[in-house]
Amino acid sequence: MLASDVPQEGNTTLGGHRKALYARGADGKLQIVQSAGWEVEEIVTRQAVDDLNRLAEEARLRVNSGLTSALEYHMHKARMDVPLLAQTTGLWQWRIRRHFRPAVFASLSTALRRRYADAMGLTVDQLNKAE
Amino acid sequence: MAFQHSHASHCESGVMSAILRHHGLPISEPMAFGLSSAMSFAYIPIVKINGLPLVAYRMPPKAIIKGLQKPLGLKMRFETFRNPDAGTRRLDELLAAGEVVGMQTSVFWLPYMPADLRFHFNAHNVLAFGRDTSSGEYQLSDPVFETPVSCAPEALQKARFAKGVLAPKGLLYYATGKPSTPDWAAVIPKALKKTTRIMLDAPLPIIGVRGIRRLANAVEGLATKKDPAQAKMFIGQVVRMQEEIGTGGGGFRFIYASFLQEAAELLARPSLNELAETLVDIGDEWREFALSAARMIRDREALATPKLADKLRLIADREQAFFRDLRRAA
Repeated sequence: MLASDVPQEGNTTLGGHRKALYARGADGKLQIVQSAGWEVEEIVTRQAVDDLNRLAEEARLRVNSGLTSALEYHMHKARMDVPLLAQTTGLWQWRIRRHFRPAVFASLSTALRRRYADAMGLTVDQLNKAE
Repeated sequence: MAFQHSHASHCESGVMSAILRHHGLPISEPMAFGLSSAMSFAYIPIVKINGLPLVAYRMPPKAIIKGLQKPLGLKMRFETFRNPDAGTRRLDELLAAGEVVGMQTSVFWLPYMPADLRFHFNAHNVLAFGRDTSSGEYQLSDPVFETPVSCAPEALQKARFAKGVLAPKGLLYYATGKPSTPDWAAVIPKALKKTTRIMLDAPLPIIGVRGIRRLANAVEGLATKKDPAQAKMFIGQVVRMQEEIGTGGGGFRFIYASFLQEAAELLARPSLNELAETLVDIGDEWREFALSAARMIRDREALATPKLADKLRLIADREQAFFRDLRRAA
């Protein structure tokens, strides 16, 4: 890659940051060139983010129709899955899945809710609502 | 000595280059990367990231930090903590003693990261070089950022004690010995040979050139088994590992080529310059692979995984020839 070929198309997923790439300068030596972003990277990052957002959105709809608890929505919102949430909270995976049942979630103690909220960087109030 | 931040393409080699520079041994990022034989390839279907197999273009985390100790006569000290508060206290102690401290963190909890890049990836390396006394925020040098950043203590603690795959457990590392300028004629050929061994002779068919072929077969197989959305997620993941995860472009091939150019100069061996040229070409092939994969993801081009697989096989052949030449040159 030549320094003049380093993509500068912009990449919204970088949030305005530039990243360092190695490219060949006029003297043939490779050197760091700042790149404002490559569309290819934007496409694949968007793809991953969109997939995570889709999971959260689907969970939100299921919360609204009473099929799952707000916990599942927040888990996806925090880009986690059940194994990671289990490791972060120190709870068994089956216990977390059980808490996806709205009736069970409604009966959880504040201490347990706080444990979930801390693991996902939320307040207990935020955890209780799927929004 | 005041700490100097510099922009790098990869977190671990960038952190090590900055630590070494701070300790009076100016070593470029590509040199840190090449000298620790960090370039490689691995396709590990049994390790899943969000349900997709792990593809890596380099050695596992910490390989660079550990790999630089021997050639540079450097001693790195590693500390992990069971108790997060103890981890934060120790960081404060080291900073108060004027140390620059490397840390393993999860990008998800670092507030200065752009939101779209905050995935649960636990092996991001950053350097702490001070703490603002009035606000209590840490001053961090994140090599993949252009300028130093600051981070609130609570967020940093969460990032250092994230759980999951490759959990950092609060890992801190810093240099205890003073690094010395090595005997380049001894250490560089040794590092080159190690990389060729990994790429050509790994006993497992998922590492090195054979790993690229194995990945090609898996990509080809996507056409028959899975639905298109799944296939797109798979190839998207490969491209993310290759380009987005701080590789300097082309899955670390460009940064390694830069190391070869430096080596050619230090050892006065022009043959390494020619090899660097070849590797830049191979890096360009990887970029072409990424480009067509992205076009297929966006349906600008029909999804044809056999075509991508052929590209990967071509790259595997070229890398095989390249590493054989490199072995001869070393």
